Amino acid sequence: MTRLRPFFPFALFALALVAGQFTLRAMGKEYCLTQLTMSLYYAIVVIGLCLVMGYAGQVSLGHGAFFAIGGYTSAVLTTHDFSRFNAAAWAGALRQAHLLVTNDDLYGNPIVTVSPWAAFLAAMLATLVIASLIGYPALRLKGHYLAMATLGFGLIVYKIVLGTALFGAADGINGVPEWELGFGLTVSGRSALRVENYYLAGALVLVLLVLLRNLIHSRIGRALQAIHDRETAAGAMGINTAAYKLRAFVLSALLAAMAGVFFTHYTGGIGPSEASAFKSVRYVALAASGGMASLWGVTGMSTLLNYLSLRGLFGSYDNAMFGAILILIVSLAPEGPLKPLGLWIQSWFGRLRRERRPEHDAA
Amino acid sequence: MTLLEVNDVRRSFGGLVAVNRVSFQVNPGRIKAVIGPNGAGKTTLFNIISGLLKADAGHVTFKDCSITGFKPYQIARAGISRTFQNPSLFFQMNVLENVMVGRHRRSGREFAACCLRLPGQPKEERSIREAALAQLDYVGLAHLAGFPAGGLSFGQRRMVELARALATDPELLLLDEPASGLNTREKENLGALIRRIRDRGVTVLLVEHDMTVVMDLSDDILVLHNGTIIAEGSPATIQSDPNVISTYLGGEFRPAGEVELALLTGRQPDAVTGARVVPTRSGPVGEGAVR
Repeated sequence: MTRLRPFFPFALFALALVAGQFTLRAMGKEYCLTQLTMSLYYAIVVIGLCLVMGYAGQVSLGHGAFFAIGGYTSAVLTTHDFSRFNAAAWAGALRQAHLLVTNDDLYGNPIVTVSPWAAFLAAMLATLVIASLIGYPALRLKGHYLAMATLGFGLIVYKIVLGTALFGAADGINGVPEWELGFGLTVSGRSALRVENYYLAGALVLVLLVLLRNLIHSRIGRALQAIHDRETAAGAMGINTAAYKLRAFVLSALLAAMAGVFFTHYTGGIGPSEASAFKSVRYVALAASGGMASLWGVTGMSTLLNYLSLRGLFGSYDNAMFGAILILIVSLAPEGPLKPLGLWIQSWFGRLRRERRPEHDAA
Repeated sequence: MTLLEVNDVRRSFGGLVAVNRVSFQVNPGRIKAVIGPNGAGKTTLFNIISGLLKADAGHVTFKDCSITGFKPYQIARAGISRTFQNPSLFFQMNVLENVMVGRHRRSGREFAACCLRLPGQPKEERSIREAALAQLDYVGLAHLAGFPAGGLSFGQRRMVELARALATDPELLLLDEPASGLNTREKENLGALIRRIRDRGVTVLLVEHDMTVVMDLSDDILVLHNGTIIAEGSPATIQSDPNVISTYLGGEFRPAGEVELALLTGRQPDAVTGARVVPTRSGPVGEGAVR
């Protein structure tokens, strides 16, 4: 039983996914699964942020930008017409390797684009390079240099996306094709595939949670936590603090970009608002609301709050809401609301039990 | 053969020269103490050896390899481990996890292996845990393994920090004031423990204010004053060194008498009662030294 204990939360998460679907179906609101699926993709960004902020202790205000880099890279590559290179030898070779595929554009004309898998790999590679370039100088120093570097970087990405015709400027990119993953699975926003995609996103989150949980409960996780707690002492224990901070940051940026790729194929497009500083701050607020260093708290809170936001509960005060959440958390519950809540429930139950058995106290 | 060789090391902060052309050697299997009044440059010297500070000039050699300019983690990997003046534990972790961090350099699975729990990783994890538990047991705190590090007493924190440093399997252990903040009983335990550590082949270099501990424990002593070495030798030599006595007491040199010995060793021989030391010039008085 105790051996199985680490698996309970994962089983619970899977159960919650199923329960969510059946509840929405029973309520006749299965269309809400779309927003839930999007929230799950956003949750991947926040889970990655949890690793950087909660464990390695570094603040990133650029995760919106990494999400956008992932999304835009795959959106451009899978919608841009490369047919003018058809004659080139390399285009033929890429076509042979199924890296270039023929698609229909919005008006039904045949175009040659990069295949979604290849675009995904390109997005990952781009993120790897960019995140390393941003993180390397900032993470060699102690202190919150990463926050400043990523903030500036995020603003630059936003302006580039907004001002470049290739990226669709203010309109963003539409008509991103479905992504056939293989094994009969397709990332797509078609309503017929709504349930499938909901479980696909849920499974992806679950797998990532398992991987990160393994990481956190290993020498790497302890090293990151040690850097967070006392960087000097961590160095004296033989931990290459700069390298580990950088790797955690790059891994987290990759997760954000990956979420961006899936999200873009799912919603069929991406807009510049995904790259805005508002989004980056939102991710930080969500990580804080889940308690930073708690994978489960972060996943739960981020899915819930994003879902409410996507359902339009916060109206036009959407971004203000997340700013307010951040302020409330920082000033009232720096460890997130879940931990104090849990302790409160525990003590409440304890009191209840004692009241019910007063003779126990007397003894 | 020497284990650690410090050669002509110099470090200044602004106009203040904290360590001025210091050279000394540490021989393997010995306990060497660095003493001196506050501000003598002891901790600066330690920080240079462990890589937290860069020396302005001079070099440090460990096992015949230059470690000058190495980063702290590289020095730790070379085989030097250290503790800090204020026990610097990782307070978000429990006691065992703290010591497990010490095994970092003795294990090697990286991100991918840890995420995917590739073959061999769970086994390595178990061996890290066992080695850490063994070190905790060695310092006598195995019963606190699951305890949060933040909830420990000061003396326990020191011991956990020591266990963590030992978990790296160092060849040279640097202890920065290991006895400060400990009560008499804890100091005695610490002395015994450090001797056991030496006997298992770990060389110890320590900075300490408590003269009872230093005189009792050290094989060799190095006295720093204003960043320079004023004496080096066995405890007996140091206790009768005129330079040392005048530096510590700020008094005129007199042959080593009961008073100085008492003040240096921290013991209170009966003859001392009523005796006075009259400072003839206002020299620096090592407050910690005569505690």
